[in-house]
Amino acid sequence: MAIEYRTSPGAPLTNDLVRELRKDFPILDRTVNGNALTYLDTGATSQNPLQVLDAEREYYLGANSAVHRGAHTLAVDATDAFEDARRTVAGFINAAETELVWTSNATEALNLLTYSFANASQGIGGHDAARFALGEGDEIVTTEQEHHANIIPWQILAERTGATLRYIPVTDEGLIDYEAAQTIVSDRTRVLTFTHVSNVAGSVTDVEMLVSLARKVGAITVLDACQSVPHMPVDVKKLGVDFAAFSAHKMLAPTGIGALYGRNELLEAMPPFLTGGSMITKVTMNEAQWMPAPIKFEAGTQRVSQAVAWAAAVRYLDHLGMDQVHAWEAHLGQLLAEGIAEIPGIRLIGPAAGQPRAGLAAFHVEGVHPHDVGQLLDEKGIAVRVGHHCAQPLHRALGLTASTRASAYIYNTTEDIERFVDQLSTVRAYFGY
Amino acid sequence: MSGLEQLYQQIILEHSKQRTGEGLIEAEGKRAASNHQYNPTCGDEINLRVILKDQEEVIESISWEGNGCSISMAAASVLSEMAPGMTTQEFQALVDDFREMLRSRGTVEPDEEVLGDAAAFAGVSRFVARVKCAMLSWVAAEEAAKEASA
Ligand SMILES: Cc1ncc(COP(=O)(O)O)c(C=O)c1O
Repeated sequence: MAIEYRTSPGAPLTNDLVRELRKDFPILDRTVNGNALTYLDTGATSQNPLQVLDAEREYYLGANSAVHRGAHTLAVDATDAFEDARRTVAGFINAAETELVWTSNATEALNLLTYSFANASQGIGGHDAARFALGEGDEIVTTEQEHHANIIPWQILAERTGATLRYIPVTDEGLIDYEAAQTIVSDRTRVLTFTHVSNVAGSVTDVEMLVSLARKVGAITVLDACQSVPHMPVDVKKLGVDFAAFSAHKMLAPTGIGALYGRNELLEAMPPFLTGGSMITKVTMNEAQWMPAPIKFEAGTQRVSQAVAWAAAVRYLDHLGMDQVHAWEAHLGQLLAEGIAEIPGIRLIGPAAGQPRAGLAAFHVEGVHPHDVGQLLDEKGIAVRVGHHCAQPLHRALGLTASTRASAYIYNTTEDIERFVDQLSTVRAYFGY
Repeated sequence: MSGLEQLYQQIILEHSKQRTGEGLIEAEGKRAASNHQYNPTCGDEINLRVILKDQEEVIESISWEGNGCSISMAAASVLSEMAPGMTTQEFQALVDDFREMLRSRGTVEPDEEVLGDAAAFAGVSRFVARVKCAMLSWVAAEEAAKEASA
């Protein structure tokens, strides 16, 4: 089935164009508490366009069957669709298809890495895997800005192996302290892991700088690309990272699928984490030989329809053009930052208004708890995220326990931002400040 | 009344700012127990102390420290105002009524005779995501009162 788009490829995003796009997202037409929905919570999860939902349905209507198993026609069609999806998603970040492992989400991708490293540390994978083995005296370095998904797996890995987990601190604004990074990354650093775009601060990390620090000491680099791949052009080869993790549900696709990117050479050498059916060549009662990467890491029946849907989402974004997506979101991000910064009694987290930021902004309303802020906005149909956004260490560093976050995407207009800012400016008065 | 006005009753807004019981009372040499409750979804927490009278099963004071939304702070404040002077049994009955009201999704009409200012939280029961906020301090007090009289 030929996929139809409402706009011409690569057209600059404007309010008019976004209004056209919104027709692909029927959920955005619903009302909440009697008001039109203003969805500003894409940072948590995005909405799916009809083109993506249709792709998943088409797959189930015409090709559903087990992939990589069996010789019947449906199985071949399903395997083709599955592997085409892999090529498409891998190509989106300029990776080879052999370099993309399906996982259930970014969190599982990061766990896959840390458990594989733990296996290597126990000698599994033999000589080739020794480069992933950690032990006492080794250091894993992450940042205070991270999502819990890029903290806890490393805590556990450190505990398992005796390695030490260290943190690059954040500044008072919640930004990575690059000066401190230079002294924390040392000869002992074996892994340097960091987020590309902070899901709270909205800042974009200087990947080049951190990768060059890691390279000098021969450390493996891991990028949490959850908040970057959906919103800006990402080329893992240009960035030069060894691994990257991201999730489909934050980029117009369903929940249930994510991916780990790893450089070919590294995925080949790394021992698997989940094991069982599909990931082996020869099995005896005592041992098994593994398939080459990426299949080696994909034990059990895979999420085929989600992969197919994800590829449709990637095509949708490619059609829009990631440069255009990025430009529009940078614009919305500035409007958010400016609007929030102008309201008395509200503290903007992350880069100041006017400084580069992604299309999201978190903030603290003095005297009013984020839950109450979110409730008032919800009454007007405005959906934002409240809480610690899975980044407790970052909030603690900012002297907060929680914050409120508005995050935009390709289906948000500047009017959405204005409506949000207008309502936000009434919140303190409602609570008597 | 709009849903929001039902949730943020005037009594709640006032208690969330003029808080009774905030600041832990020294319990040295007294029959007392403390309890800590944490809501992992929003990070709200409360550390609450129940002090009983010397010879009687009667609550002398409830004091607490914590941070959270207006609903959770107001609930702690109302609780600290109502509980002193109650027997531990009366207090448990109050907690049970409060819990029943909050879990009712708006189906239980609060008895203001029994619940007093706590009846203002009836509107919260329609906002399932906020029930925990109102219960946080009450659960802490329930646990602490049991432990203090044990
Ligand atoms: C920066 C960042 N890292 C990791 C994650 C975890 O993603 P998922 O829950 O899809 O595994 C998120 C999403 O919440 C995120 O924003």
